[in-house]
Amino acid sequence: MSIKVTGLTYVYMKGTPFEKIALDNIDLSIETGEFVGIIGHTGSGKSTLVQHFNGLLKPTSGSVYINGEKLEGKRARELKRQVGIVFQYPEHQLFEETVYKDIAFGLIKRGEEENEIDKKVRKTVRMVGLSEDILDKSPFELSGGQKRRVAMAGILVLEPSILVLDEPAAGLDPRGRDEIFELISNLHKSNKMTVVLVSHSMEDVAKYVERVVVMNKGRIEMCGPVRSVFNKIDELERIGLAAPQITYLMKRLKEKIPEINDNILTVGEAKAELEKYIRKA
Amino acid sequence: MIKDITLGQYFPGDSLIHRADPRVKIILTLVIMTNIFLIDSYLAFAVFAGFIAMAVFIGKIPFAYTLKGLKPIMPIIVFTALVNIFTNPGILLAGYGPVRITYEGIDTAAKMSLRLVLLIMSSSIMTLTTTPISLTDGLERILSPLKHLKVPVHEFSMMMTVALRFIPTLLEETDKIMKAQASRGADFETGNMFERAKSFIPVLIPLFVSAFRRADDLALAMEHAAIEVEREEQG
Ligand SMILES: Nc1ncnc2c1ncn2[C@@H]1O[C@H](COP(=O)(O)OP(=O)(O)OP(=O)(O)O)[C@@H](O)[C@H]1O
Ligand SMILES: [Mg+2]
Repeated sequence: MSIKVTGLTYVYMKGTPFEKIALDNIDLSIETGEFVGIIGHTGSGKSTLVQHFNGLLKPTSGSVYINGEKLEGKRARELKRQVGIVFQYPEHQLFEETVYKDIAFGLIKRGEEENEIDKKVRKTVRMVGLSEDILDKSPFELSGGQKRRVAMAGILVLEPSILVLDEPAAGLDPRGRDEIFELISNLHKSNKMTVVLVSHSMEDVAKYVERVVVMNKGRIEMCGPVRSVFNKIDELERIGLAAPQITYLMKRLKEKIPEINDNILTVGEAKAELEKYIRKA
Repeated sequence: MIKDITLGQYFPGDSLIHRADPRVKIILTLVIMTNIFLIDSYLAFAVFAGFIAMAVFIGKIPFAYTLKGLKPIMPIIVFTALVNIFTNPGILLAGYGPVRITYEGIDTAAKMSLRLVLLIMSSSIMTLTTTPISLTDGLERILSPLKHLKVPVHEFSMMMTVALRFIPTLLEETDKIMKAQASRGADFETGNMFERAKSFIPVLIPLFVSAFRRADDLALAMEHAAIEVEREEQG
């Protein structure tokens, strides 16, 4: 499913002295099956933008379309269901007595049948890489990484066609990060899900995302394939961002070894490039 | 979801009233409020209304803001006014059977309503022009003589400051949790009163968990800071 926003403006606390224009006339479209990253300095409006995708925030002006249909009126309820948003620190939303009940929460709200719920919960819990034994435990006795997966399962169980993740790996250790991103990457590849990833980590964005949207002060500053965006290092640095560390390293190396390619975004690419150079030398 | 909360309803500004010492504002407000209880002539009411209007003008507070505080009290004002109109004995103006409207009734109702409106407005002006933190600070300093009577004034004001400090944080947290639960199908707006109250369980439990976590962190930090202070005092 695709997302399109046109002329989207959002003002917090409109009509008070605390008024804040968080989004300023945004146009953006995300195609079906795309994996898009949103980066931007803190306060640039990333979270505000994605909260429009399932109608949590209503545009001050402008429109949001899901699969070509305007997110408004009678159809809004149905359209919102297509978009699952995983918030930052989603484990803070856990509340049920058991993991099972917590994951099933949305399905129960939808009034689905019991055996259908059971099937979906078990499938999802395996999908996020947890064992079924965990279902009877209290969510509050799990480890941080496990909690995060349970919380994600609570969204994935609703089978959204579009998955939006706001800093899904914040506060996890490197291994936890990799596992979460592998999971997301798998969902994108095997389930053909449209994925929108908000992240502060240029490394993660460079590694997993196909197209990047760069936000600055409520506007879209740049938008394009990862490689072309991370090539404009000066522009990124001007708005408080950066390219992945490895890109900087390769640029420095190129000063010494002019024949290597310095358009490198991930450690894997760098390794391949350097091996190629060593073999040639 | 939680829309446009004006917190502690402070209205930022740089007027004479904003800059005044919070102790002066607290004492002056108390004096005015006591007087509003005592006065009984329309002329006196007019004088106080004029005084309040002047304060609103000097403080550069939009008029709509000063009325905001009245909104929740409106039913009470209307109710007291109605009770007064219909229950006071005196010169009959109009009546039908047991329902009697008297001159005294209207007079008391009008004065009572004026009194309530002026009371709310005068206290609003104080909270609109003073940050909650400087209010507690002012209060602590006014009450500080009580320290000699072993009243833990400082501790009380610290508790108030901490509580005030955490209101915006908790509201923000509530907003976040409500959004997260709404994203997985929670519905806070439809259903009868009982259903709606129940729909807040998925918000309240995470909110309590996070409040306790924050309180724990803060207690740890404060304990640490207090230990430092004690050491300084000893050394
Ligand atoms: N509930 C709110 N009320 C008022 N202003 C808000 C609110 N939420 C966000 N803002 C303001 O809107 C702007 C955009 O905020 P937003 O949360 O979308 O930024 P962000 O890009 O997600 O930042 P971060 O990377 O820190 O998460 C910020 O200036 C912020 O202060
Ligand atoms: Mg954010």
